[in-house]
Amino acid sequence: MGLLRVLLLRLATTAVTLAGVAVIVFFVIRVVPGNPIAMMLPPGATDADIAQLTALYGLDKPIWQQFVIWLSGVLQGDFGTSITTRQPVLGLVLGRLPATLELSIMALVMAVVMGGLAALWGTKRRGTRVEGAIDVANGMALSVPDFLWGLVLILLFGVLVPVFHISGRVTPSLDLPFTTNFYLFESLLRLRFDLWADIVSHMFMPALALAIPLAAIIGQLLKQSLKETMHLDYVTLARTKGYGETHVILREALRNAVLPTLTLVGVQFTFLIGGTVIIERLFSYEGLGNMAIDAVINRDLPLIQGIVILFAVIFTGVNLVVDLLYAALNPRLRHA
Amino acid sequence: MSFLSVRNLSARVKGGPALLRRVSLDVAAGEVRGLVGESGAGKSMIGKAVLGILPNAVQVTGGEIWLDGVDLLALPVAERRRRIGAMAALIPQDPLTALNPSRRIGGQITDRLVDILGWARARAEARALELLAEVQIADPARVMRAYPHELSGGMRQRILIASAFAAEPKLIVADEPTTALDVTVQKQILKLIAGMQAKHGTALLFVTHDLGVVSKVCQRLSVLYGGMVVEDAAVRDFFAAPRHAYSAALLAATPKYTDPMASLTPVPEAVIAAVQAEVAAYDGGAHG
Repeated sequence: MGLLRVLLLRLATTAVTLAGVAVIVFFVIRVVPGNPIAMMLPPGATDADIAQLTALYGLDKPIWQQFVIWLSGVLQGDFGTSITTRQPVLGLVLGRLPATLELSIMALVMAVVMGGLAALWGTKRRGTRVEGAIDVANGMALSVPDFLWGLVLILLFGVLVPVFHISGRVTPSLDLPFTTNFYLFESLLRLRFDLWADIVSHMFMPALALAIPLAAIIGQLLKQSLKETMHLDYVTLARTKGYGETHVILREALRNAVLPTLTLVGVQFTFLIGGTVIIERLFSYEGLGNMAIDAVINRDLPLIQGIVILFAVIFTGVNLVVDLLYAALNPRLRHA
Repeated sequence: MSFLSVRNLSARVKGGPALLRRVSLDVAAGEVRGLVGESGAGKSMIGKAVLGILPNAVQVTGGEIWLDGVDLLALPVAERRRRIGAMAALIPQDPLTALNPSRRIGGQITDRLVDILGWARARAEARALELLAEVQIADPARVMRAYPHELSGGMRQRILIASAFAAEPKLIVADEPTTALDVTVQKQILKLIAGMQAKHGTALLFVTHDLGVVSKVCQRLSVLYGGMVVEDAAVRDFFAAPRHAYSAALLAATPKYTDPMASLTPVPEAVIAAVQAEVAAYDGGAHG
């Protein structure tokens, strides 16, 4: 079973990766200037107050001792307490995770659909003006970063033609019956299409801003790969069987052309998740990224650590899924 | 009229040199015609033109390709494609690249039967099993489920032959079908193609650079040079007495298995110059 072997191998390397991330994040944020205690106390606090609070959060101990305390907590599922909100980090972070996951996956779906259609259409009309127009559009989409696309979208669809919500995750006055934080998913399950439409309307622009550059990458790479595949002998043989262009592209070329694209999409998707930090801020979207920026501003060390570890888990998870997909799509790898 | 009749076919690289210069040839039903010439003589181009798979950069500039009484070049693209798919088939040159690596063998044999000819899937699968047995593949049921990378080159070429014969086409174009194979396998595959052709009564256009193969398999042959047919003859007459000086020189250049130690005879430069002059005279004339 090739798939199982890939899975076990990746789980082992994932553990090592996460350990490395834990060490780096813990020490790096303690090198950066800024004192969480100073941020919490009002002006005029006495030295005794500062010392007391520092001791309360264990910040008076040597760094290596703090690390051991924190790591042993993490291994037992305790990520510590947020300094600003005084709530357990794990609960805070997991509460925000669904919002960011839904946003990222929505953006990924948009990027795959837009980029995929551009690649297929461009391949079918290769050598014509249509392909030229697609190349130009791809180039434009790639040369502008996601947060600028966010601003452009806010101007277009939030100000000039206000069709989408520009801020938040859901209209605050709505009564939410949800038991999980996967609003988009749960509203569908509960058949509450009114809520679903409201959530999509909030999510549409940030997701699109994240999706545009990734769609351009997918469109360019997949088209290139498809065009190369279209020259191969088995595609020519399929033509002699009486098949038309669309059929040949979809059944003969696409699956083989997707493989090189898939690896890159995996890597780019992790960049997209990184992009959520700024995009969520821009659209006041209540996700992990927005929380991360607040945590950094407040020097909330335990919260920063928790968020970074969670991001690392997501990244390695995405890479794992890509590897499994690759093995599933490529029969030569599956039996190897 | 012959089943396949190519009349005065001319083609060129778009904005570039001519590849085919008023090529005419006929293949009667059930007949085997060899198409020989050096690399670049245009023999593969003719096969590709007949099957409608010329590269995008190549443009047909004139002529007709009659398949079963219909001029393919006068048909709309979609109709031409379906007609070719239903009546003709290709045995490709390189079995290692001619099968889709991500699709199982079975589907690659039955797809034309189901999608283009409208057969029921069960019937198409039964037909595929039957043909795999006919091309001497052991355990056809297992091979149907296999992926190409699990099979040897010789086996893949047998599968491609089975696939070409699956729809009982009236015409098969074999484009140097043994060139990419191991020498020991070449002979078996050649014998297999000849046997299948005889059994099914299929017309065969056999593209090759090997006159030895032509003498074993073909009834007629066309010799090409520079995209022109320089000789069109029955195989028996050709080997007895080739009419064109270039054909004679080509025949003389073929290594003899009976006397392998004899030194190889290249085509004399005077003969090359003469045939090149013919091509140049053609290009300078009204057809340019």
